[in-house]
Amino acid sequence: MQLHFKIWRQENPAQKGQFKAYDVAGLHEDMSLLEALDFLNESLVMKGESVVAFDHDCREGICGQCGMFVNGRAHGPLDHVTTCQLHLRSFQDGDVITLEPFRAAAFPVLRDLMVDRSAFDRIIQKGGFINAHTGSAPEANANLIGKKLADKAMDFASCIGCGACVATCKNASAALFTSAKINHLNRLPQGKIEAHERTLAMVNQMEEEAFGHCSFTGACEVECPQNISIASISEMNWSFIKASLMK
Amino acid sequence: MNLDAKIPEGDLKDKWKRYQSECKLVNSANKRKFDVIVVGSGLAGASAAATLAEAGYNVKCFCFQDSPRRAHSVAAQGGINAAKNYKNDGDQVWRMFVDTLKGGDFRSREANVYRLAELSAAVIDHFTQQGVPFAREYAGVLSNRSFGGVQVQRTFYARGQTGQQLLLAAYSQLSRQIESGQVKMFSRHEMQDLVVIDGKARGIVVRDLVTGEIDSHAADAVVLATGGYSKVFFLSTLAMGCNATAIWKAHQKGALFAAPSFTQIHPTALPQINETQSKLTLMSESLRNDGRIWVPIKKDETRLAKDIPEAERDYYLERRYPAFGNLAPRDISSRAAKERLDQGLGVGPLKNAVYLDFKDAIARLGQKVISDRYGNLFEMYKKITGIDAYLQPMLISPAPHFSMGGLWVDYELMTTIPGLYAIGECNFADHGANRLGANSLLQASVDGYFILPLTLGNYLSGELNKAKIKTDHPAFLEAMAKASQKIKAVLANHGSITVDALHRRLGKILWRECAMSRNAEGLKEAIQEIRTLQKDFRENIKVTGRDDEINTELDKAMRLEDFLEIAELMCLDALQREESCGAHFREEYQTVEGEAIRNDEDFAYVSAWEFKGEGRFELHREALKFEYVKAQTRNYK
Repeated sequence: MQLHFKIWRQENPAQKGQFKAYDVAGLHEDMSLLEALDFLNESLVMKGESVVAFDHDCREGICGQCGMFVNGRAHGPLDHVTTCQLHLRSFQDGDVITLEPFRAAAFPVLRDLMVDRSAFDRIIQKGGFINAHTGSAPEANANLIGKKLADKAMDFASCIGCGACVATCKNASAALFTSAKINHLNRLPQGKIEAHERTLAMVNQMEEEAFGHCSFTGACEVECPQNISIASISEMNWSFIKASLMK
Repeated sequence: MNLDAKIPEGDLKDKWKRYQSECKLVNSANKRKFDVIVVGSGLAGASAAATLAEAGYNVKCFCFQDSPRRAHSVAAQGGINAAKNYKNDGDQVWRMFVDTLKGGDFRSREANVYRLAELSAAVIDHFTQQGVPFAREYAGVLSNRSFGGVQVQRTFYARGQTGQQLLLAAYSQLSRQIESGQVKMFSRHEMQDLVVIDGKARGIVVRDLVTGEIDSHAADAVVLATGGYSKVFFLSTLAMGCNATAIWKAHQKGALFAAPSFTQIHPTALPQINETQSKLTLMSESLRNDGRIWVPIKKDETRLAKDIPEAERDYYLERRYPAFGNLAPRDISSRAAKERLDQGLGVGPLKNAVYLDFKDAIARLGQKVISDRYGNLFEMYKKITGIDAYLQPMLISPAPHFSMGGLWVDYELMTTIPGLYAIGECNFADHGANRLGANSLLQASVDGYFILPLTLGNYLSGELNKAKIKTDHPAFLEAMAKASQKIKAVLANHGSITVDALHRRLGKILWRECAMSRNAEGLKEAIQEIRTLQKDFRENIKVTGRDDEINTELDKAMRLEDFLEIAELMCLDALQREESCGAHFREEYQTVEGEAIRNDEDFAYVSAWEFKGEGRFELHREALKFEYVKAQTRNYK
């Protein structure tokens, strides 16, 4: 199959970027979109041009490193998948595919489709952990945690940190990401002890970074590869109010 | 060279306790005088960096990904083993030790393996405390399932995302230490060389993958936690960036490389469907708890799986290995699949797959139970193939996965270079010739949280108050200059072969001659072919772009250069080992039924290779003694 790519090319953060068109023939529908980019890149090398830079690693939807806008949607036309899980069978022969980096002030473009998401790391550093000193843990079954609660914690813990929630949000809010970690840890008995400090520290850091505020459009939960619900954000807001009052 | 594994005296059960009691310590006030470098931020690297920092050491941690949370431990699906005996099914540390030693086909050290089993229970406690949402029973206790090669249920799991949850726990502890200032994190950095001064590891040279800048860092000890090298096969279950550069540079600087030919081919990955494919996605071994593996008994079967009657199906694992059935160890399951495929009994469009069928399990347990257990794996399968595995069997195929081989380490996880440690998958220690499922996350965690933080002190206590070496030392400057030159040479080449094209060629050679079965003639041929590829790389590689900007093509090229060298050593190692053991199956050494013939008389040793300059390696042998378990022929029948 043949596809017409329009790809954002930008040499570095300081330079202005622009779209460049590439017609790519010889593709087939079982290829993933990223494999189509590999294919294009090989042909660019043979022509002496520099390759399209894009982030990716595990290529099985779990590391969270890939992510781009595909035809105006974070991670492409399907709901709840990562870019690496998108295959060409989702497109028609002859389609135009527009690829852009995630757009958010907190995610500056590094090159082409690659962005800097280290703001996420800084939010986790403020409180996305339990102070668990190696060697100090009680026997694992000493704390009973009901299956329902454990499953719910797992729903939130499954966040892969890809940033699609931010990229798709008109406010570029990181509320879904931040709330998922807060709700995962605050919910568990071993995480509850530090819940208030955690919530305040992480929310404050989220506001320090260049993310916008959440206005509950629900766009984020549509794209989230792990299907994390927007209810997560309400829960975080409630925790934040509680934590502020208890301060 | 005398390879001393430094195994403590005394009874097997007391060795680690004895070590803990007798090793030298660095007191808390002195820990802050030491700088430690950790390369890699996966489960082993992140847990080590966090634990060392927590103890008071000054840590610098490096990863090539954009965040430490991406490291490929994240992709481990099925679980982590621990001898907790929560199921009351007779599990004990001793049983886990024997299972692991036997699973590795008696090519690992008893003392290391015992310690792995001994520390397993505490790892589960520690992860639970860190907030890992392990699967639970309704009443709130932790749940378990089975994995290949064992007859008890000792695997703990978090849906099909156990690796992700454990890695994110280690990452959370690492983040805590970054915030406290005890760890300085360098993301998007790749190690280019190890700096050895007066015989000791003193630092590393790194390249900033964003600016291209070459820089160096000095330390009192260097810990490599850089994962496996099976990406050498090009098509593998590994992440695209996984590479062998750090361990290969360490090898060139004097660290012996052990058992490079021991690479695991995982039996349940998705089959390759075309030439441009970039990776093979793993489907967790846990699926073999409920899925049944089969092929049609007729060649050129054209009917759909559901239309093939029971009598015309060959459940070959259940038939050949009735005691373990579909949960036979990975090496055995992969080889059995290869045999079926070689006989033309494969299924799928390219006839390169076997069926993994859930029909009976769904009939027995209902779709709800199966979806609770494996829901995300079924979804993943559908996303990739477009096929609903609740309605028809999955197509699966063997794929390069874990590397048991790696840098040779002693009981303290120190390589043959004093001050250089290797932890997690990048060392050769606990898994022998074949790793059991759910032991990889375990080893990475045990190494990083519990073993290294103690053994490192035993070395550093001897380094107290010695003069610090700085990065203006000539050895650093020389290593940096060499790293720059190598990069410039690649860019100046203007050849005609792309990195991926050359890597695919390398992968095909290894898949043919140095994967599930090997023979002397094929290996010799492979070495010649690999040397041609090495020459092609030097003379014909084509990489565009510059070295002072983000250049992902250049990153790949530099990794490939090292893969091309490690590939040669893999074949050399496979060639010298004239026996079949674990993942290493030499066609010349098999029974008439096609089972492996191990030769303990001549090959009960760890092969450890010394680098003697470009393409020259000298073999050293560490004899393996089995004092507690008699080395028997593995029998999963």
